[in-house]
Amino acid sequence: MEISRRTKIKNIPYEEFNDNEYLEKYVAELQQNGTNVILTSFSDLINWGRSNSVWPLTFATSCCGIEFMSMSAARYDFSRFGWEVYRNSPRQADVIMVFGTVVHKMAPVLKRLYDQMAEPKYVMAIGSCAIGGGPFKSSYHVVQGVEEIIPVDVFVPGCPPRPDAILYGMMQLERKIKVQNLFKLPDQPKL
Amino acid sequence: MTQLEQLRTAGYDFLIDIVGMDWGPDEGLGVIYYLARSYDVADTISVKAVAEGGRENPSLPSVSSLWDVAQVYEREVHDFFGITFSGNPDLRRLFLRGDWVGFPLRKDYDPSVNHVPHTDETFREMDGEGLFAGDKYVVNFGPQHPAMHGVLHLRVSLDGEIVRRVDPHFGYIHRGVEKMCESYTYPQILHLTDRLDYLSGAIDRHGFCLACEQALQTEAPPRAVVVRTIFDELTRIASHLLGWGSMCMDMGAVTAFIYAMRDREKIMDIFEETAGGRLMVNYSVIGGLASDIHPNFQRRVREFIPYMRKMLREHHLLFTGNPIARGRMHGVGKLSLEKAISLGVTGPAGRASGWVNDLREVAPYAAYGQVEFKQKIRTGGETFDRYIIRLEEIESSLHIIEQLIDNIPDGSYAEKTKAVVRLPEGDFFQRVENARGQFGIHITSKGDKTPYRVKFRSPSMVLVGALKQIAPENKVADLIMLGGSLDYVIPCIDR
Ligand code: SF4
Repeated sequence: MEISRRTKIKNIPYEEFNDNEYLEKYVAELQQNGTNVILTSFSDLINWGRSNSVWPLTFATSCCGIEFMSMSAARYDFSRFGWEVYRNSPRQADVIMVFGTVVHKMAPVLKRLYDQMAEPKYVMAIGSCAIGGGPFKSSYHVVQGVEEIIPVDVFVPGCPPRPDAILYGMMQLERKIKVQNLFKLPDQPKL
Repeated sequence: MTQLEQLRTAGYDFLIDIVGMDWGPDEGLGVIYYLARSYDVADTISVKAVAEGGRENPSLPSVSSLWDVAQVYEREVHDFFGITFSGNPDLRRLFLRGDWVGFPLRKDYDPSVNHVPHTDETFREMDGEGLFAGDKYVVNFGPQHPAMHGVLHLRVSLDGEIVRRVDPHFGYIHRGVEKMCESYTYPQILHLTDRLDYLSGAIDRHGFCLACEQALQTEAPPRAVVVRTIFDELTRIASHLLGWGSMCMDMGAVTAFIYAMRDREKIMDIFEETAGGRLMVNYSVIGGLASDIHPNFQRRVREFIPYMRKMLREHHLLFTGNPIARGRMHGVGKLSLEKAISLGVTGPAGRASGWVNDLREVAPYAAYGQVEFKQKIRTGGETFDRYIIRLEEIESSLHIIEQLIDNIPDGSYAEKTKAVVRLPEGDFFQRVENARGQFGIHITSKGDKTPYRVKFRSPSMVLVGALKQIAPENKVADLIMLGGSLDYVIPCIDR
């Protein structure tokens, strides 16, 4: 199948990924909106580069951030996938990885960081707190998931997710990047 | 107030905590002070004070002139309960934004009035009137900053490269845990205690279990007591390793961080095998442990001890002996003993200033009474002392584990407890020594299955107070290192 060829991740067959329907639906949607997804090899080349050097902006507010540290250290070592250049300035980052709880006071800060990032930009919500408030859902000061503030591309559940799960989430994002057309990016979803 | 003054003169120089209270419409608002003497931190007393002025204008006299740390504690109570402390010079909001409506920990607080804000907080709201008046150059450091350990926000006034004043802002990860506890049952609350100071998660949870067990007048079986202690010490080693690694990284030594994380993974493996979680072990429960230890547990821990000793030597070789590192740490950021006590700086940072305050030795709980253990004390109070004391504590933790690992008693791992835990009526206070200092748990119970009020004493909060104290007159580049040497965890401060 065309998608499976284009979203190839080394050593993991297409069928072994979860949520393939999402990707297929996404491609169908893109095509419907007039984006030519079956692209030239030039565009493929760009996406190959893009998806293998996604620079994350770390936004670690709490516990999940420690698993991010483990991931960047020797054992899980996310540099293997070309992600190691984590940026501390939103201007230089491609993806914002939200680790941990986002609270009312922090919400405008997160929104501003997201707005400062250059297109194309992606968001990963990592850990149940970032997804939906997690264990603190009933609190008076916690945002019920970052989707209230910014659009999310990949969710990685867990409290905290294991580093391997985060790596898997990053591969899913890579696959999403690979089917896009850099010259005709889809509009940012309106919130 | 006069009573507190007398106590202060009588030697109660360590203000452990101020717990804000809302006793309901009849009794009104007030606070509970927990005090101890610095040379005998085991012996605590509590003083209750009811605020005057009803619910409209509750007020109490400030004690910030008696204990330095009271300034920030009172600010917290003001933030949550709206009690004014006359005589406290700075009563801005501490955790919540300046435009927050209402006082969330009051029993009659209505959560529907505050919504997720869309605009930034203004500096005027942050600083209040005239805090930085006359300062030419004020920079923001955080809340989203790679060298800040968590989402702390410092407003730093600079004179060239020299720090003049630091004003910390909390609340960027204020999760409202204390209010949530009031609607959760005791076993549910355990999951929140893990996530406060996540690097000492097992220890904090242990503390909460102890507080409940003390109230229920039960005890965990001996097997659970010993295993909990081993878990606590392993957690402490993991936390100190991370603290060491990130402090070295703050000084530019990234390799040290990688090494520390490598050793930490060994502990994570041990945890995962027995408890199922790496970072959040969720292991202690009221009355014992959630499950028995894994058959490999003892062997793995036994193997870990010589490994860690060897690596410690390597760490010393790698960084402690480095002349550049030493040059940066020696003589910088001195915290005197008197200030440490007045600011309530417990834990390794306090002990580096010469304060004997390790609860494991002075008020042994769990299995600490059964082992030979002498707390590490240094007297310099400088950055280097705070740095080296963590590595020394890893060694003493290994020594504790060594004595316990071969003597885990047989028997059950948990006492049978009822499905619904109801604590008897009353106030309960329990402290444990976590990797950053004394973690305190105050529970007020009215006999229900949920507590009436829970308050956690965060050892990290006072560490930021210490940073405020020691940072001025140092270079701004050292500010990061000083923060690293104090090793605070922000979600524990913000709760
Ligand atoms: S998801 Fe769990 S581990 Fe992650 S930040 Fe939230 S509480 Fe902490």
